[in-house]
Amino acid sequence: MSEIITYREAIRAAIREAMQSDERVFLMGEDVGKYGGSYAVSMGLLEEFGSERIIDTPLSESGFTGAGIGAALNGMRPIVEIMTVNFSFLALDQIINNAATMLYMSGGQFNVPLVIRMATGGGNQLGAQHSHSLEGWYAHITGLKILTPATVQDAYDMLHLALKDPDPVLIFEHALLYNSKGELDTQVAPIPIGKAFVYRQGKDISIITYGISLFKSLEAADILSKEGIEAEVIDLRSLRPMDNETIMSSVRKTNRVLIVDEGWKSGSISAEIMARINEQAFYELDAPMQRVCSVEVPFPYAHHLEQAALPQVEKIVAAGHKLMEEL
Amino acid sequence: MQIDINQARSYYHQMLLIRRFEEKCMELYSHEFIRGFLHLYIGQEAIAVGVMDAASAEDAIIATYREHGHALARGIEPKAIMAELLGKVEGCSRGRGGSMHLFDAKTRFYGGLAIVAGGLPLAVGMALADKMMKRDRVTICFFGEGAVAEGEFHESLNLAALWKLPILFVCENNLYAMGTALERSESEQNIATKASAYNITATQVDGMDVFAVAKSAKDAIVQIKENSAPVFIEYLTYRFRAHSMFDAELYRDKTEVEKWKQKDPLAVLKNKLESTDLGSQLGEDELEQEVVSVVEEAVEFAKNGTLESIADLEKFVYSAEVQQ
Repeated sequence: MSEIITYREAIRAAIREAMQSDERVFLMGEDVGKYGGSYAVSMGLLEEFGSERIIDTPLSESGFTGAGIGAALNGMRPIVEIMTVNFSFLALDQIINNAATMLYMSGGQFNVPLVIRMATGGGNQLGAQHSHSLEGWYAHITGLKILTPATVQDAYDMLHLALKDPDPVLIFEHALLYNSKGELDTQVAPIPIGKAFVYRQGKDISIITYGISLFKSLEAADILSKEGIEAEVIDLRSLRPMDNETIMSSVRKTNRVLIVDEGWKSGSISAEIMARINEQAFYELDAPMQRVCSVEVPFPYAHHLEQAALPQVEKIVAAGHKLMEEL
Repeated sequence: MQIDINQARSYYHQMLLIRRFEEKCMELYSHEFIRGFLHLYIGQEAIAVGVMDAASAEDAIIATYREHGHALARGIEPKAIMAELLGKVEGCSRGRGGSMHLFDAKTRFYGGLAIVAGGLPLAVGMALADKMMKRDRVTICFFGEGAVAEGEFHESLNLAALWKLPILFVCENNLYAMGTALERSESEQNIATKASAYNITATQVDGMDVFAVAKSAKDAIVQIKENSAPVFIEYLTYRFRAHSMFDAELYRDKTEVEKWKQKDPLAVLKNKLESTDLGSQLGEDELEQEVVSVVEEAVEFAKNGTLESIADLEKFVYSAEVQQ
């Protein structure tokens, strides 16, 4: 049975179901209760579950993220909401020094079944402290799992998958996707963590992307298709672990690679993908790999400047042309 | 004060075990059996021993990188701790943690955490879980006075008080954050006063007197359970040795160290017994012999321990690799 709902509603439905079926699940973060969530994800949940399970916190990112880790260590299944990725840096000590290391440091004794959700990405004219895409940067950290739902189905499925996972999972929700609509089928088996999904089959170019850039890539693929260039579009879904197999099998098929990512290029997840392809499929390449990423500036406020900084459909199409020229 | 001789012997025994264990660690460090950072607990033994006496088996313990004493007082096998310090798979963290990261699920010992103040938010969450699940437990969180300067200290005290969580905050004020004296780092040097600002019951207690420590911790746990609220105790203490084995101690005066050594917790206990004519019942020599042999056994065990196979290096990064 499927229905058309928003990305926001899909996350809310997943949280609600998890809380109904498991008393260990609770939601904690800034303004998740009375306010209803800064992006209105948790609207109505306080009324349904009460203030003991929908917990408004003070502005203490390190304190309440660490509390999530402690509660996870002590038998709970907490969902910690951090308003944006930029605020999560106030909790880096807890995420990196405690959540990511505890199982290993303790010789396998203490796992941390914690879910941290946060908004990411630009396009809302929120300037340089609310707009960056730093999920790829978190993917550097061993011990964490990094999920990037693009679709309504994944927004729903990934919350459930993350809650079932015994280890710390970070979910990055692109702020511009909350209002997007899509189909949700709650009966279908979710695609597991660590598996990419091929959204569009193609023989000429592999476009590897995730998050909101999936939709820009699909749009660009339609334009390229009209010109006779068939692009395969892969949604990575999970940045750590990353699905090398799906990437490499697409590269073997198309021999041309274009990576689209809202993060910056330097020291990035797009660079990591290129490195893996170099290591595992270098001789399959017919042209130098291309990337469409954000321009390396702290995000500007002015609309025209911000749009110029972001990956856009035209830039993806142009990169597709460049790839096909290199023969 | 009425002294129970069996209780006194038990405290002395445990403090002596920590003292001799730490002295052995120093020796093993100089012979390069123990590597990395090594922070000794010598001088502060009364706090771990007194507080652990107040803890029940269901309570959770969170400590710092200077935690050998807490681990021993909590009842983790000396063998398992020593094996950990020698990097052996028989160690309480399988040799993955080392001196700063002792863990033990059986005794609910959650580290061994080496980021100053990083354990306080965890204590908030552990206690929150107990409160939500209506379990009659307390989380006991140890840290030094250096933690007071960190933001996580303030966030955690506020959350604990705001949410009325069953936490015993144990601040071991040994006057130095590594080499930085308290008066050089805090505008308000009475840490209990600082904690009171968060609406938490907070007191200063002599950390060199194990009886005073145990009594204050027991009273605090009763109070935590009665009032459903955290309690904060600042124990005044001193470390007799350097911060770590790399510390030349340029920042403190030798006369200050000597002055504090007069308050050695082992001597304080002995003097107390002698002043009540119980001194002869302590059986010091017997305890000394027993402790020395336990430490020797631990060293033998650790030296004979196994080095984990390098094939297992990546095990335990994720739970899929945990053998169920």
